Amino acid sequence: MPLVKRAMEVFDRHAPLLFPLPALIAIVLLIVGPVVANFVISTYGWSIGRPPAFIGLDNFAEALSGRRFWNGIRATLYFTGLAVPIQVALGLGIAVLFHRNFPGKGLVRTVMLLPMVATPVAIALIWALMFDPSLGVLNYFLETVGLPRSLWVADSSIVVPSLVMVDVWQWTPMVALILLAALQGVPQEFYEAAEIDGASGMQAFRFITLPTIRGAIVVALILRSIDALKTFDLIYVITAGGPGTASETLNVYAFKAGFEFFRAGYAASLLIFLLFLVLGIAMFLNLLRSRVR
Amino acid sequence: MNPAPGAATRLPTQASLDRRALRAKRARVMKRIGVIALIVLVLLIMLFPFYWMILTSLRNQVANTSPVPVWIFEPTFENYRNVIAENDFLRFTWNSFVIASLSTLIGLVLGLPAAYSIARYKQHGLALAILIARLTPYITYLVPWYIAFRSLRLIDTYLALTMTHLIVGMPLIIWIMISFFEEVPIELEQAAYVDGASKLGTFLRIVLPLSMPGVVAASILAFIFSWNQFLFSLVLSGPNTKPVPVAVFNFISYGSIDFGGLGAAAVLITLPVVVLTLLIQRYIVSGLTMGAVKG
Repeated sequence: MPLVKRAMEVFDRHAPLLFPLPALIAIVLLIVGPVVANFVISTYGWSIGRPPAFIGLDNFAEALSGRRFWNGIRATLYFTGLAVPIQVALGLGIAVLFHRNFPGKGLVRTVMLLPMVATPVAIALIWALMFDPSLGVLNYFLETVGLPRSLWVADSSIVVPSLVMVDVWQWTPMVALILLAALQGVPQEFYEAAEIDGASGMQAFRFITLPTIRGAIVVALILRSIDALKTFDLIYVITAGGPGTASETLNVYAFKAGFEFFRAGYAASLLIFLLFLVLGIAMFLNLLRSRVR
Repeated sequence: MNPAPGAATRLPTQASLDRRALRAKRARVMKRIGVIALIVLVLLIMLFPFYWMILTSLRNQVANTSPVPVWIFEPTFENYRNVIAENDFLRFTWNSFVIASLSTLIGLVLGLPAAYSIARYKQHGLALAILIARLTPYITYLVPWYIAFRSLRLIDTYLALTMTHLIVGMPLIIWIMISFFEEVPIELEQAAYVDGASKLGTFLRIVLPLSMPGVVAASILAFIFSWNQFLFSLVLSGPNTKPVPVAVFNFISYGSIDFGGLGAAAVLITLPVVVLTLLIQRYIVSGLTMGAVKG
């Protein structure tokens, strides 16, 4: 018994270190280690199955001089640049629309959670079925309203917007819920005062709502940008980067390089580019956040 | 007081007042209807893919491959029967369940003390490290892990999948629990110390029981995220450990497309997630935003 007591005393003295230690070890092993290893791997001509050879920065040079890398950058920025602003704009609209009392409000909030928690593979599969050019229900809808049929994800010129549509469907509700939470923090008296002063609804939105939830809008923008840049499941399941390489984002390209062409070193170098792209954009947006505060 | 004679003609009559009130009321009603119509439209769009998923799962192949959508039909459970009987679906579900449970459990054991420590000793550096983990694309972890697991012959083992799923679950658990632990009054802990309790004992016997709702929410979220995980499982699983998302993905890659089977499989993966979501709806957004939004 005294032994246990002594152990407890030792533990108590070092509690701030010992409490987080197991997680710290796991983080180093599972997360920090692999990221560092990735930098090392990227300097090797490493095809899985063959002995690796140090080649310095050749992988990076190969990426920068390859058309497929720049296509990956294009697809990544196109996808993110189209999806995120639409999500934030629609999310804002939906938040304002839902920020009132109506019957079944609680139920509506629950429904809004479904797209973001549903298994991405399942979601992607159902959208793939709906996109089908000959049997898909989306073309049926287009025809019903008198529009021409579309090839959707089978057409290299509209595959990215089509995928964006799925991403918008999946993530706009989250943006809306973030902004809805922020709207609840806007004091009702502000609106009453504005109404007495004869402000229109549009003016109240422009001069009261927007400034108070600006911070939340930027948070949504940051969170969505980070995740949109890294989108994998959706794109890989629906198009696997195709047709051709039209929707092959950097993430998907890196996956193929690593696990379809088995070129670990080259894949690692692509991932370092992607990591810096995500970090760069996250830091830029965070700068924006401190600016609006 | 009588109005000036000239003003009388400009004053509205009772009838025109009524008409104006009626018009204003009608405008209000129209706006109300418009708003409700918009809300309904948004909900319909959010729900449609789920509706289509269920419809597809209950129709036979002929109805599913009809060029004009078949909306009314006699539902069949044939697709579910086929998916479960012919595709080893129960094995894949079991695999998913084992991996998600193990990674959640280990995530709790590792993550709870860390979250407590961050909350109590204000270790913001540690919190930052976890945030960076959230920024890094998951494939970045996968390349080194694949090489390591391959040389250790651990591909297609529960160990490899549990460990990598921990990358998703543990940061989530830590992040959610920080705010729960911060809300436990420090006076309670100090009272325990005065009574001679150790710090570990105080954490286990006082702080943790008080934070149980948070622990439940964090566990369920970590479980859902592991259940939904596709990328790690795609590369590191094999015939023995294949979880449902990968099984369903392979389902379309090989062989002809059985629409109804796909729909049924999609419903079967999504159903547990939806049920779990209903239990912890308050915490979903705060979990997905790493605490940027409080539930």
